[in-house]
Amino acid sequence: MQSLLVNHYIILATILFTIGVLGVLIRRNAIIVFMCIELMLNAVNLLLVTFSAMHNEAGGQVFVFFIMAVAAAEVAVGLAILVMIYRNVRSVDINRLNRIRW
Amino acid sequence: MNEFFVLMKTELMITAIIIFLLFAKIGGRMSNASLSGVTNLLLLATLLAGFLWPARGWLFGDMYYTDPLIVLEKAILIFGVLLIFLFAHRWLRAHQHLHEFYLLTLSALLGMCFMISSGNLLMFYLALELSTIPVAALCNFDLERKTSAEAALKMIMASAFSSGLLLLGISFVYGITGTISLQVMPAALGGSPLETAAFVLLFSGFAFKLSVVPFHLWTADVYEGSPVPVTSFLSVISKGSVAFVFITVLHKVFIPLYDAWYLALFVASVATMVIGNLFALRQQNIKRFLAFSSIAQVGFILLGMGGLESGIPVVVYFVLVYLFSNLGAFAVVSVISSASGREDISDYNGLYKTNPWLTWVMALSLFSLAGIPPTAGFFGKIFLLASGSESGNFTWVAIAALNMVVSLYYYLRIVRAMFMEKNDRPLEKIHAGLHANTALAVCLAGILLTGVIGSVYKIIDSLVY
Repeated sequence: MQSLLVNHYIILATILFTIGVLGVLIRRNAIIVFMCIELMLNAVNLLLVTFSAMHNEAGGQVFVFFIMAVAAAEVAVGLAILVMIYRNVRSVDINRLNRIRW
Repeated sequence: MNEFFVLMKTELMITAIIIFLLFAKIGGRMSNASLSGVTNLLLLATLLAGFLWPARGWLFGDMYYTDPLIVLEKAILIFGVLLIFLFAHRWLRAHQHLHEFYLLTLSALLGMCFMISSGNLLMFYLALELSTIPVAALCNFDLERKTSAEAALKMIMASAFSSGLLLLGISFVYGITGTISLQVMPAALGGSPLETAAFVLLFSGFAFKLSVVPFHLWTADVYEGSPVPVTSFLSVISKGSVAFVFITVLHKVFIPLYDAWYLALFVASVATMVIGNLFALRQQNIKRFLAFSSIAQVGFILLGMGGLESGIPVVVYFVLVYLFSNLGAFAVVSVISSASGREDISDYNGLYKTNPWLTWVMALSLFSLAGIPPTAGFFGKIFLLASGSESGNFTWVAIAALNMVVSLYYYLRIVRAMFMEKNDRPLEKIHAGLHANTALAVCLAGILLTGVIGSVYKIIDSLVY
C-alpha cells in the first residue's frame, strides 16, 4: 500500500456497495437482484481485506473466505427458490410478486 | 477435551439428531409417525441435558462462550421448537418431506444456539446465516402453492440484503477497532462518528431480522405465504434468538455508544409499535394479523432493551412469555388450518359453539399478548415498561402504554367474534389429536403460571451477573 492510500480502497468499496444497494432497490429481475447482493458482499470483502492489511491482522482475511462460502450457499438456496417461482409464475420478474397489501 | 463436551453439549446433541435424520433419510425404512416420535424424544432429551452441569467458559479461543443464562436461552428456543413439532404433528405426519422439514428446522436451531454463544463477529455471522438460510427453504415447504414460493423468495432476498448491511457494519467496526473479537472490542470503541455510522448499519441488519419498522415490509407476506408451523418458527424462535443476541451486543459490546443506540432504539421502538398496531387493526387474514401483532410486540421488546439495569433478564423473561402466548395462538391456527384449510379471521366467528377448547386457548393467548392481568403477558409487559422507565424517558413509556390500549382493541375484537358472532358457515368440530392437545395444554399452563409464579423471573435475574 505504498502508492494507494487506504482511503482509495474505502471509496471504491463504498461506490461498489452503493451500486449494489441501488440495484437491489431498482432492478426488477430477481436474478439481477441476486447479482447486486453479490456485489454488496464483494464490496464488503474488499473493505475487510483493506482493513486487514491496514491493521496487520489476519482476522479480516479469514472473514472474507467465509463470506464467499456463505454467499455461495445463499445464492444456491436463492436460485432453487427461483426455479420454484418460475415453475409457478413462468417469470422471474419480482413485480409480478408484488402483493404488498397494507 | 472434557470441557468441550460439557460446554457444547446442546450443539453436539442437535448435531447428533441431524446426523441421525440424514441416516434415516438414506435408509428410508422408518415410517413418518415413528420418525417424528424419535425426533421429538431426542429433542426433549437435548432440552433436559442442557440443564445438567450448567458450566461457564470459553472454547476455541474466544469463538464460543457459554454461561447459565445462555444455557437457559437455548433451552427456551429448543422448548419452542419442540412445541411447534408437537402442534404441527398432523400436518407433518401427512407430509412426504418430513425428514427435510426436521433437518432444516434443526439446522436453523443449531445456528441459533451458536449465534447466542458466539464471542466473535465471524462466529456470529456464520451462525446467523446458518439460522436464516434453512428458514428460507422452509418457507417454500408447501411446494405446490405459489404464495409459499413467493414467501421464500422474499425471505431469502430480505435476509441476504440485511446481511449485506450487517457485513458493511462489521467491516467498519473491524476497520476502527482492528479486531473481530467481541471481548476486546468494547475497550477499542470510543464514540467517534464513524463508529456511530457502523452501529447504524449493524442496527439495520438486526432490525431486518427482528422486523423493526422501517425494515418490516417483508414480514407480512412471508408470514402469510409460509405454512403455519414455519410462520410460528419465524415469529417466535427466530425473533427470540435475534433478540437475545441483540441485547447482549448492545449491553456488553456497544456500551461506549450508549447515547447513540438509546436514541436509535427509542425512534425504532416508537415507530414499530405504532405502525405494527395500526396495520394489525385492519387485517383480514389471521396469519397476517399475527404478523403485524408480532411486529408491535417487538417494539415493546426494544423498549425493555433500553434499561441498562434490568434489560437482559426482562427481555429473556418476556421472550419466554411471548413464546407461550404466541405459540398458543399459532397452535390453534395450525390445528384449524390443517383440519379445514381456512385462515381468515371471519372463519373464527362463533368458534366457541363448535370448538370450545380451541377457543379458550386462543382467547387466553390473545389476552396474554394484549397484556391483561391474570395472564403472563401482563407481567411481561409490566417488567418491560419498568425497565424502559429506568432511564427516566417517560415519553417512551407513555407511548408504549397508549399502544397497549390500541392493541387491546384488536385482540379483543377477535375474542368477541369467537364467542359472540354468528357464522353462516361454522367450522366443524375439530379433533386436534394427542400431540397438538399436549402442546395446547402446555401453552395454556405457561400462560397462566409463568406470571403468577414469581420465582420464574427471580431465577432468570439470578443468572445474569
